[in-house]
Amino acid sequence: MERRDAIIIGGGPAGLSAARRFSELGIAATVLEREQQAGGVPRHCGHLGFGWQSHRRIWTGPRFAAQLRADSAALDVRAGHTVLGIDGDILRVQNARGIHEMAAGKILLATGTRETPRAPRFVGGSRPRGVMTTGALQANIYLQNFAPFARPVIIGTELVSFSAILTCRHLCIRPVAMIEAKDRISAPRPGDLVAQFVYGVPVWTRTKLIAIEGRSQVEAVEIEREGSHERVACDGVIFTGEWVPEASLLVNRPKVTLAGNVHGALKTSGACWREGRAIAEKMAGELA
Amino acid sequence: MQRSFDIAVIGGGVVGLAILRRFAMAGLSAVLLERGADILSGASKGNSALLHTGFDAPAGSLELACMQAGYAEYIAIRDRLNLPLVKSSALVVAWSEEEGSKLGGIVAKAHANGVADVRHVAREELLRIEPQLSPAAKAAVLVPGEHIIDAWSAPLAYAHQALAHGAVILRHAEVTGGEFVNGVWTLAGKAGPVTARVVINAAGNFGDLVEAIARPSPFTITPRRGQFVVFDKPASQLVHTIILPVPAERTKGVVLFRTAFGNLAIGPTAEDVTEREVAATDTATLEKLKSRALEMVPALQGIGVNAIYAGLRPATEHKDYVIEALPGRGWITVGGIRSTGLTASLGIAQHAAGLYVTHFGALPNPVEPIWTPVPNLTEVRPRPYMQGGEIVCHCEWVTRGEIERALEGPLPAGDLGGLKRRTRAMMGRCQGFNCSAHVEAIFREKIHGAA
Ligand SMILES: Cc1cc2nc3c(=O)[nH]c(=O)nc-3n(C[C@H](O)[C@H](O)[C@H](O)COP(=O)(O)OP(=O)(O)OC[C@H]3O[C@@H](n4cnc5c(N)ncnc54)[C@H](O)[C@@H]3O)c2cc1C
Ligand SMILES: Cc1cc2nc3c(=O)[nH]c(=O)nc-3n(C[C@H](O)[C@H](O)[C@H](O)COP(=O)(O)OP(=O)(O)OC[C@H]3O[C@@H](n4cnc5c(N)ncnc54)[C@H](O)[C@@H]3O)c2cc1C
Repeated sequence: MERRDAIIIGGGPAGLSAARRFSELGIAATVLEREQQAGGVPRHCGHLGFGWQSHRRIWTGPRFAAQLRADSAALDVRAGHTVLGIDGDILRVQNARGIHEMAAGKILLATGTRETPRAPRFVGGSRPRGVMTTGALQANIYLQNFAPFARPVIIGTELVSFSAILTCRHLCIRPVAMIEAKDRISAPRPGDLVAQFVYGVPVWTRTKLIAIEGRSQVEAVEIEREGSHERVACDGVIFTGEWVPEASLLVNRPKVTLAGNVHGALKTSGACWREGRAIAEKMAGELA
Repeated sequence: MQRSFDIAVIGGGVVGLAILRRFAMAGLSAVLLERGADILSGASKGNSALLHTGFDAPAGSLELACMQAGYAEYIAIRDRLNLPLVKSSALVVAWSEEEGSKLGGIVAKAHANGVADVRHVAREELLRIEPQLSPAAKAAVLVPGEHIIDAWSAPLAYAHQALAHGAVILRHAEVTGGEFVNGVWTLAGKAGPVTARVVINAAGNFGDLVEAIARPSPFTITPRRGQFVVFDKPASQLVHTIILPVPAERTKGVVLFRTAFGNLAIGPTAEDVTEREVAATDTATLEKLKSRALEMVPALQGIGVNAIYAGLRPATEHKDYVIEALPGRGWITVGGIRSTGLTASLGIAQHAAGLYVTHFGALPNPVEPIWTPVPNLTEVRPRPYMQGGEIVCHCEWVTRGEIERALEGPLPAGDLGGLKRRTRAMMGRCQGFNCSAHVEAIFREKIHGAA
């Protein structure tokens, strides 16, 4: 069985920066990334806002991801490798040829985070097409150049919800409204004013999504606004934020270290990049 | 395209497909007409996927007979079709003294129905079998033969076997009318005219409407909706058996069960609705289901919900199935297959073949069966990712090869729902956050030839 000093699960900003730091410190580390290409979530964030903390540049997500790949070109980054499970210091790994095991002195989990989709939010109604998270929307728009709807509603007002507006604009999709159950938006103000006056998307606070209607494609949503129910015509629903760590590998509580967004609350890619480096340094000290 | 057949089956649910398979394998020319974009567009797409013994079915009913015949045939053929069987057994759990007092009757009824291994289980043994069950449980009845299967792969396998035996399956083929002239039916509808000597109505929640083509329908469908909540995979470690309630008047009640895909689910509710097609969920009911699950198994606390869904049972005013032949009319009615049709489908097909022989003529000699194993989606049999390949859906470990194959062959997925049912892509905990754009692009490319 192949054995490495450190194995990093996940080749996003946190995992790749950790790998680079390990190599600078002379530690044999391997990154296992389940997608066919490393880079993580920024690969499908087509808007500007990446790279400042790490490279003192302002790039789009895909450009940033490409730079991270270039920075780790000489390192052992294995794309198309899915970690299926962890048992002690043994990892079960799947790739194009089958399943094999690898052993690690230290394991760093940098598997990121995802948004809460419709089902666990218990939003009722039918199950038409056009219901997705921001992550899936970005992948549709920036990776597939495909517009899944024309007039969606956006659920939530976190920072990522505003990036959903930007993503929509890329293919001329015009959101009907942003809906927020709380009294005020989650992102720092004046996000709502920007949405409303710069992008023409009204923000409705104290508004709850009750149900989704539609046979094949979304036709409308039912909302509750200040106590009364309304039906809003639209052809898509974007569920944003409410981040859940991608932590299914922790199910039998293996001894691993975490870095990046798998940690909990959503941080910027730059913060995750820095955290990856810092944690690699600390782990390197423990390995020495 | 061939337009003239011995048999035309209306409805591509599990029942219609099992019937199509039986007649095609008996050597008759058979066509199936399905109104949806794909098979399994009706009741058969959202159920609990339990293989029932019939221990609690009405004594002497046609339903019981079909369930037991269907159960036996499923066990006999499943290996050759690569269909799973999770031998979970079930426990009918009493949560109060009053419910406990009904357990003796349940055992007696099971024995009368020929399910001899059903027995009473005292509280101590119950909690030994299910240590995570709430200590509020009083006692139970053990039903060793109740099992878990894959509700989508089984009918898909029946469809493929029917196709291999020369049957034709038409989708986007709603039947809107028909005429019976000189002993031949001409069915009208979306797919153009189709003629057949015998028509079999297996239209599920539309059964009474389709029946009106032949006669004033002797039954009226009132769809009975059932909602479900599906928990993430770790939950399936907490419960081994199918946890059934002591039945109330109308239905089997809410069941806690593992799925063949390694999840744990609770449901279904029983709500009469007027909508025949779209099975909607509602927040209050989902909340209730979830809290009921937590009451039964407190350790579920903190485990995520992966999916919510609902199904519509084709219920009628009759307790039993309505299966009968109209001699002289070239018609067989298979209606009101309410809540046990997945189990009973192969048995219903046997029964329908019997009606055919009695009323419409002999069956040609059966040919040597052609077996059409389907891809396995469950962890209890080998899955493609284990042999390598590019995983596209990371929650359910679905490979690109599986997705591409589901879009090829004699019965490619007709829509995204059909693709999900054939592969489980996008049905895991992230519900498509990671892979849906990719999977849908593969779908568009394969089906419409567009990048
Ligand atoms: C919609 C959206 C918009 C955003 N917009 C911005 C923005 O404008 N600016 C900004 O700075 N940040 C933004 N972010 C946040 C930024 O993308 C993340 O902070 C950053 O990508 C987190 O890095 P990470 O390495 O922790 O995780 P990720 O980038 O999520 O990388 C995790 C990697 O782990 C891999 N992986 C997971 N499980 C396994 C496994 N079992 N085996 C192998 N590999 C696995 C995944 O495939 C993935 O490549 C946005 C995030 C989202 C979702
Ligand atoms: C919530 C729930 C839980 C269940 N749990 C279980 C279980 O655990 N075990 C079990 O054995 N059974 C279970 N069942 C029962 C089982 O799912 C049904 O009995 C079975 O699916 C009925 O199949 P069907 O083929 O008769 O109907 P359907 O699946 O509804 O098929 C009928 C088909 O006919 C088509 N159709 C309708 N009208 C026309 C027309 N005019 N022209 C052409 N096509 C038409 C429809 O589109 C549909 O696809 C459950 C059912 C539900 C709803």
